[in-house]
Parts: sequence; structure tokens; C-alpha cells
Amino acid sequence: MSALNVSRRHFLQTTGIAGGGLVVGVSLAGCSSPSLPVKEFEGAFTPNAFLQITPDEAIRFYCPRDEMGQGVTTGLATLVAEELDVNPQNLLIELAGAHSDYANPAFGGVQSTGGSTSMKAHYQQLRQIGADVRALLLNAAALDLGVAVSKLETEDGQVLEGEARYPYSRFIRTAQTLEVPLDTPLKSASEFRYIGRDFPRLDGVSKSTGTAIYGIDVDIPGMHHAVVKRSPVAGGTVASFDASVVRSRPGVTDVLEIASGVAVVAEKFWQAKQAIDHLKVQWNQPALAGVDSDQVRSDYEDAMDSATAERAESVGDLNAGFAAAETLIEQRYWAPYLAHAPMEPMNAVVHVENGRAQVWSGTQGPGIAQGLVARYTGLDMENVTSHQTYLGGAFGRRATLTHVIEATQLAVETGKPIHLLWTREDDIKHGVYRPASLMNIKAGVDHTGQIVAWDAKRVGGNIGPDTLRAALPGVLPAAISDGVVDWMVGLSTDILDGWVVDPTSIEGLHGDYDLPNREVSHITKNHGVPLTFWRSVGHSFTAFAKETLIDELAVSIGMDAIEFRLRNTQNNPRLNHVIELTGERMRGMRPEAGRFLGFAAHGSFSSYVAEVAEVSVEGGRVRVHRVLCVVDCGLAVNPDVVVAQMEGSIMYGLTAALHGNLELRNGEFLESNFHDYPILRMDEAPTVEVVIVDSDEAPSGVGEPGLPPIAPAVANAVFAATGQRLHSLPLKTV
Amino acid sequence: MVEFTLNGEAVRTDDAPDTPLLWVVRDTFKLKGSKFGCGAGLCGACTMHVDGQAVRTCVLPISAVAGKKVTTIEGLGTPQQLHPLQAAWVEQSVPQCGYCQSGQIMSAAAFLAEKENPTEAEIEHAMAGNICRCGCYPRIKRAIVSVAENTVQMDALVTEVTS
Repeated sequence: MSALNVSRRHFLQTTGIAGGGLVVGVSLAGCSSPSLPVKEFEGAFTPNAFLQITPDEAIRFYCPRDEMGQGVTTGLATLVAEELDVNPQNLLIELAGAHSDYANPAFGGVQSTGGSTSMKAHYQQLRQIGADVRALLLNAAALDLGVAVSKLETEDGQVLEGEARYPYSRFIRTAQTLEVPLDTPLKSASEFRYIGRDFPRLDGVSKSTGTAIYGIDVDIPGMHHAVVKRSPVAGGTVASFDASVVRSRPGVTDVLEIASGVAVVAEKFWQAKQAIDHLKVQWNQPALAGVDSDQVRSDYEDAMDSATAERAESVGDLNAGFAAAETLIEQRYWAPYLAHAPMEPMNAVVHVENGRAQVWSGTQGPGIAQGLVARYTGLDMENVTSHQTYLGGAFGRRATLTHVIEATQLAVETGKPIHLLWTREDDIKHGVYRPASLMNIKAGVDHTGQIVAWDAKRVGGNIGPDTLRAALPGVLPAAISDGVVDWMVGLSTDILDGWVVDPTSIEGLHGDYDLPNREVSHITKNHGVPLTFWRSVGHSFTAFAKETLIDELAVSIGMDAIEFRLRNTQNNPRLNHVIELTGERMRGMRPEAGRFLGFAAHGSFSSYVAEVAEVSVEGGRVRVHRVLCVVDCGLAVNPDVVVAQMEGSIMYGLTAALHGNLELRNGEFLESNFHDYPILRMDEAPTVEVVIVDSDEAPSGVGEPGLPPIAPAVANAVFAATGQRLHSLPLKTV
Repeated sequence: MVEFTLNGEAVRTDDAPDTPLLWVVRDTFKLKGSKFGCGAGLCGACTMHVDGQAVRTCVLPISAVAGKKVTTIEGLGTPQQLHPLQAAWVEQSVPQCGYCQSGQIMSAAAFLAEKENPTEAEIEHAMAGNICRCGCYPRIKRAIVSVAENTVQMDALVTEVTS
């Protein structure tokens, strides 16, 4: 304990507890937007939406991005703390509620977290805010102490005047009367005290003691618990149901139809869960009901062979390139539907009372949650308070907030505060999914080892329209009617399905290598499975196709796979450098007998990652023993958080590479829980070594870029071990 | 009516005897540190100690703990007084989303109380029932090893878990 020096302030900051018991970040009374959703403590100074200083010397940081495990509270606190000159471990971290000031600069006006954008988007903004508030406090201190600003310094939340030290809070009264300076000069990298240094994660204590509050933990007076039976096939609607058997069961208070199915509300969760198992519902089946996975695959194959593709990119002269090629290879790759399966199943608490509504849910968009509650209660936005909690994993899943709509409808219909919880079965069977994809790449290499022709095509559903369909009702003002929202969703669907290629569908198929003559095209084919972002999005399947084909090309021309990649990344210096560094280390790796190495590299979210997998194949079983990961993510603000994200991305990617598969039967996913949708466990987890490339570039993505290279690195190692080229995920040797 | 000991305190509940211990602890006794992950004993997020043994409480009916001692993550240590494993978790920055970590720590605590100087393979075997979707496994293992290697901490741990 003493070695860790967990101060009281740190304890408060990491647990969010004040006075014991269960306290949600913002008081029940809340504050209404457009005023800041920030609790006003006695004598508090709140210079902006992000910082608040109170007379008890506490400095609160309202973190605008959502903490789903990626370390964003630690990361963004480090930025503001660096310039404010406070040890980040001495900040109290609050999860910000919904307000336009908390919009993600990378997403325009939308308050949403995703796309590995947070550090890049806030790097300038939050340092500037820290610097300006520090300058303001110095101006106030100069007035109060009657000395020139030039005589003052700061250190860890204190103003220093010679030998004397004063806490920042001493000057907040005067600071309140002054203008906040703007454009205060920022530190140079050599002056950083906290950026680039390692210290324990700021949420470590609360998450190691069971005191961190997730959406599922929210407990308010009078709360009732709800579960929902949904159509086994996505898009199905309720035809009829018999509530009588269920209504008489212990604790049950309501049985009612909502948009997504039939809900059972009870005094306790277990009562609702027990009751709903007895509920029989007849469904109106959508077209998807007739579809099996085999048909999806064969329809995609037919489309790849015969349908007209939309062109996403065309550079150089593909025909001339193929004419110049000495070696030609064409391969087809398959990636299945996947669920995100975050450990915390979807949930939301909604309370509607006296013309006001409150929602508590750990989401990738507290502003979207607020908008959805406003739309489905008919209340104005300023009468809806959205409370953010920690997210028990997200990986893209918590950007689609069907559960918030469900809880809102139930709160309105029953008049009770509702705690809605999805079961794991609901999560696997009724979610939004990583799309299945069929990819075809035909490539040609000339006698110098240059790839002179690259023709890549993908068949599958688009991520954009389904995600927009889910988000738009929460993003657009409630004044825009449901009909207009439907029209806009329809229009975007038409645009992305028919007119222009959805960029997330083909990202990663072409971006990394020089490829002077290339075409990338797309054929949209979807059977009605709802789709969304899944950690690293399009890259999660395109990197597998691209990097295993690159390996195959290198082998076919008898060139070292690293040399071949270096030869073809002359215009991509940062990726080239990562490949070179990783290649050097790979040459020094000495796997024991029976183990083989595979290499892959991929750029995504403005970062560059190469990985080497050390693999054995025993009795047809692929086992990954060790992974080397080299990452260039620009400046690593919190190096240990970067390491953790690479480790985590590799594990998440290995689950997909070795196990991940959802099987459609009559439109319903067969898998339901962790026995048939297995997740990598500790006894399968490799050791991971992460190397961060020294960089002065601005910070770039960290949460996702570690994932794409792992499946092809393992597949390439399997080739080294067995001579088998695997073209389908998950990887199964024959 | 079922009576048992919860974190050292005698408690009783009128919840139906088939209600899983997890939901009694969360919804009746309002201790939210133990988590729901699968409802089928497959992921370990709900792990508590029953008479010192790590148990999946999402499938354990409350009737099965009558007269027994139940310890949850809240009973293991607190933010002010961290259990050695919790201190190691903080020091190694183990948690990412953190949702599974109560269960991970409870499994690790029961395991280390029974096993001195475990090998890596023994740790992997003992912890294979706990899923971490964020993939914190290398750090979980490191934190467990760091506690197992520190005999002073180990003594404290054995005392706490068996008391």
C-alpha cells in the first residue's frame, strides 16, 4: 500500500465514491443541458466543461471520452494535467455527462468514442485547456500575492513563490473574476513531466476492488428489472403472445410488447429472468428467416463471380501492370460474422418522472443516449440527463443503443424506473455483428519484386447504413420527425449500398503498399443481419487477406517476406520502418523445435503495427506461444497503456483467428454463450512482447491497430509449419 | 428464509431458494462488485468464495450456501486497505475495462491460498475458468506471480482468506 502511495485523493478519484455506498458520477437531481452536466460543489470554480477546482484543493477532470478499457481516462487526464501542472494521479476523474462541449473533435458535433480517435482528437485541445487554466491561476495568484507573474512557478497543483507554496484552490476566488487567457504557449516535448512516463492506470484501484460503477451496477429507488424476449431472427416482429402464464409468476409486475419484442418487468432480475423463460411468442418472420450460412457464402461467391462491382479506387493502369507481371497469384478469402461479446452485457437504467428523464448506461455515446431518450419520451433534450458509467468492454458494440430505446419505452409504459439487462444469450443471438466478408485479390509481381498489379474486391454487407440507422434517431434533433429520420436512414443506405463504396467495407485492402497499378472494388450483398463496427472494423478482415497474399507472393518469387515488404513500401516510410525493425528482431528469434514464425504488418487508424507469431500445429490444433509486436503510434502519451492495448488487441484478434465463428441456421445464429462462442482463455494466451517506436509525430490510434496483423501473422506461421495456406477465418488446418 | 455469513456478517434473505447467490448479493444486499457475465458458470465474472473455495455464483442457488461463509470482492480488500493481490493488480495496471477483474482476483486468491510457489502452467490451469475479453492475461499472470513470490504477502493472503 505504502509503496503504491495511493493517496486519499487518488482513492476518491479512482473509485468515484464519496461518503460510501453506491454513488453515480452525477447526482440524481442532475443538471440540465445546455448548462454543464457538472455537479456544483460549494465554492467550486469551473472555468470550462473539463476542469473544476474546489476549496478543499480537489481538482476534478471531466473526461469527455468513454472509458471502455482503452485507458482513455488515464490518457486524457495526462494531457490536461501536463499543462495544468498537476500529477495526473492527483486529479479526480469524473466521467462526463452529455453536453456539446464534450463532442469528439474527430466526429464533428457528436459526443461519441470510437475509431481509435481519442488521443489524436484531444491532444491539442486538452493540453491547451490545461495551459490556459494554469495561466489564469498564475494571473490570479499574482494579484492575490501582489507579485509579478514572472516571480511565480507551479508544481503539482501548487503555486510556488520563492519558498512558499500555495494550492491552486487558494486563488480560485480571484480567478473567477478574470478572463481565461487563450492560446497560452504549450510545453515542448522536452519539458514534459507526465506525457511519455509510466504510472499505474488511474482506474486501477476502483477496478481491482469492485468499486468501479458500470451501467449494470446502477441501483435507484423503486427500480424494477426488465428482460426482453426478441425475435430469434433479426428484423422479426411480434405476431402474438400469451402473457397469462407469465403475469402470475413471483415478482412480475408487467408483461408488455415493445418495438423489439416482449418484455417482462419484475421486482428483481432473477424473477424477470425465470418468468420470461415461460413466455411463448409467435413471430412474423422476415426474409432472413430462410437463410443459412452456406447460402450466404454461396451468394457471395456468385456475386464475386458475376455481379457488377462499384469501384472504390483506381490508380495507374491495371492491364499494363498485369502485362508486366512475371508472377500472378489470385486468392479468395473468407471471414465470418462475429459478435463483440463484451464481458458486461448490454443494459440501461431509465427513470422518467415529472417531465424529466434520466438515463444511466455505459455507452460509446452519452449524447446519443440522451437523444434517444428524448425522442422516445417526447421530452426536450434539456429535460433529459444522460449519466455515463464505466463500460464493461465495448469494442464497437456500445455505439448501437437498442437497449436504451428498450429501457425508455418500458419506463414510459410502466411508469417505473427500469433496469433493463440483456442476458449473454441475448448478446450473442440478438446483437449487431462484424459482417461476413468474401475477398478476392489478384496480384502480379515483376522480376524486381515490385507488385505491379493489384486487383482487390470484397463482397459483403456495409457497416455504415446499419450503424447510422441505429444512431441517427439519437443524433438528430427530436424536432426532426421519425418519418424524416427514416427517410435519411434510407437515403444513406441507398447511397452506401448503391452509389458509393462504404469506406469501412474495403479499408485495408490497398492502403499499405505502393501498388502503382491498382483497383479496389466492392459488391454490396446483405441478407439482413444487422452490422456494425467491431474492433478495427474493415481492417479486421482485410488485413488477413492482404497480408497472407503478400506472404504467398514473396514465397512464390523466392524472396524473403520482409525484404519483399520493404521493397513495396517505399512510399510508406513509417510502415517501412516498422517492418524493418520487426524483421531485425524476428531474425534474432530462435523458436524451439516444432515452432514456426509468421510475420504480418498493417497500418490502421493512422498507426503502423508489425507482428511476429510463434506457432506450433499439434494434431491439427494451432497454438500461438509468443507474439512480438512493434507499433508506431506517434508519441506514446502513456507507454504502458499502449503496451496493454497491443496485448489486448492481440488476444481479441486471436479469439477471432482461432475460434471466432457465428453460424446462421434459418436466419438465427446457432451460438448462444461462451460454450459455443469460445473466447481465448489464459491457458491459450501467448506471451507478448511490445516495442514502441520512438516518435515525435502526433499521437495516433492505439485501441484497434494491434488487432489486424495477428490473424495473418498466425496464418503465415501455419504455412511455415505445415505448408498449408489457410484462406478462411477462423484458422483450421486440414 | 436462508441464512449465511456475508463478508463476516450474519445475513438472511427471503429470496426464493433457487435464486443464484450472485443475484441475492447484487440485488438484495446491494454489493455490486461481483459481476454477471454469462449466467452459466462459463466466464467466472461472478466468482466468490464459499467457505474459502472459489465458486461460480451465477449458477449456485442460495439454498446451497445456508450456514456457510461467503466472501465477495468487497470482503477481500477495500480501496483504503488493498489485499496483496489487489495491490499487485493496481501496480501492474492489470484492469482494462475491469468488468471481469473481481472474479479474476477472487479465483486467484482462492488458488494462492491453497498453492504455494505455483508454476506458470498451474496458474494458467487455475485461471482458465475466468474469461477476460480485454485480454489482460499476461498482466493477470504477472500480478499473481509477483504475489506468489513475495512470502510476506503470501502469509497475509492465507490469513485473510482463511479467517
